[in-house]
Amino acid sequence: MSSQIDMNTFNDLKDATGADFISELIDTFLDDAPSLIQQMQDALAKTDVDSFRRAAHSMKSNAATFGAMELSAQAKELESIARGNNLVVGNKIQVMNETLSRVASDLNALK
Amino acid sequence: MVIASEPARLLVVDDNKVNRMVLSRSLEQQGHKVETANDGKEGLEKIRTGSFDLVLLDIEMPEMNGFEVLEACLKDVGLRQIPIIMTSAMDELDAVVKCVELGAEDYLTKPVNAILLRARVNASLEKKRLRDEQRKLFRTFATEEVAEELLRDGFSLGGKYVNASIMFTDIRSFTTLAESQDPSETIDLLNNYFALMFDAINHNGGAVNQMVGDGLMAVFGAPKFYENHRERAVRAGIEMLKQLKVFNAQLSAQGKSHIQIGVGIASGKMIAGYTGTQARAIYTCIGDTVNLASRMESHTKIALRPFLIDEDTRNGLPADFTVEDLGPVLFRGKNQPVNIFAVL
Repeated sequence: MSSQIDMNTFNDLKDATGADFISELIDTFLDDAPSLIQQMQDALAKTDVDSFRRAAHSMKSNAATFGAMELSAQAKELESIARGNNLVVGNKIQVMNETLSRVASDLNALK
Repeated sequence: MVIASEPARLLVVDDNKVNRMVLSRSLEQQGHKVETANDGKEGLEKIRTGSFDLVLLDIEMPEMNGFEVLEACLKDVGLRQIPIIMTSAMDELDAVVKCVELGAEDYLTKPVNAILLRARVNASLEKKRLRDEQRKLFRTFATEEVAEELLRDGFSLGGKYVNASIMFTDIRSFTTLAESQDPSETIDLLNNYFALMFDAINHNGGAVNQMVGDGLMAVFGAPKFYENHRERAVRAGIEMLKQLKVFNAQLSAQGKSHIQIGVGIASGKMIAGYTGTQARAIYTCIGDTVNLASRMESHTKIALRPFLIDEDTRNGLPADFTVEDLGPVLFRGKNQPVNIFAVL
């Protein structure tokens, strides 16, 4: 039913943390995610590779936690680019941001 | 909700809020008490002050990364025994392997699977519990250093040749002393006496490995090797006799009779190892050197000196020790006379 979310991963998370906790967890992620994208954009402007990499790393990790596999893969690609010490990212942040919007609406529906 | 058999105090160190929430909540669901730290620096501070049973430590963190926190903990004798499970992304396995090689207890990849989390955490806690028990057990007959060494290298029921010093001590005419007083008083006296002797032995790096009645046997230089095991053993003996003087003064003040002891030390090659079963084992030393040490202790009654050592021990002492050469003695069961020395 949900195109962005791998339901096996999501249900495992729900089981592990308790069904009553999942809404709070989703809110925390969705509150945090835009600031991670902002951090990446700021880091890009200042060519702060470390800060960029860390933000991408967090996005990758959090997306994977909820089963948002496409988002996680896009963040992972950005993290790898930063590890290569160059920040040539084209429109990848924009694409990731769009994926995030779809993930957000899917997750909100699962609360 | 499944509650683990023993609730433990856990610390989750992760700079990522979602990770912190997921891990701490999952562990609470498994019945543990959980605290969190937002970065490596805060984590290390909490580890130092919090007496945790287990730490879950993220690798990639600002300020101080997980690798640095792990290193700091392993370097600290007081923190070394706290198991640390590294948590990392799947693609950081190289870093994880490095951490496990360095001394991390285990690792978990994020996102963490609840079943794996429970299994790894419980296994680590169980291992820690067993190690704590072993440590307690070892401390009853060994120094903290020896206990740590045994825990680090494990102990196998197998022997090897070691170079060490063996000490025997015994209370003179203890039977007569025991017959003249109340049994509870006798046990009390023995306990106080042994506490002092153990202290002197442990303080010099020795390990008491046998106690029979009012006598004990201690080994210096094994299982932990010290180049100066002879000097350490003799220093322990001197300290014991000094402590005994103080103890006797206390007994005098209570109107009780004095204790006299004999101390014998011999050094050399011997076979050492744990004998017994995995459930109950003692560290034993076997060989001529051990027999000689026992004979020297008995000989204190004949030589009328409280503290005798053999030539090998004598030759390992620095110049500032004063000993008196008592010449050769032929002990029962030996073909060759042995040169003995009284420590003054």
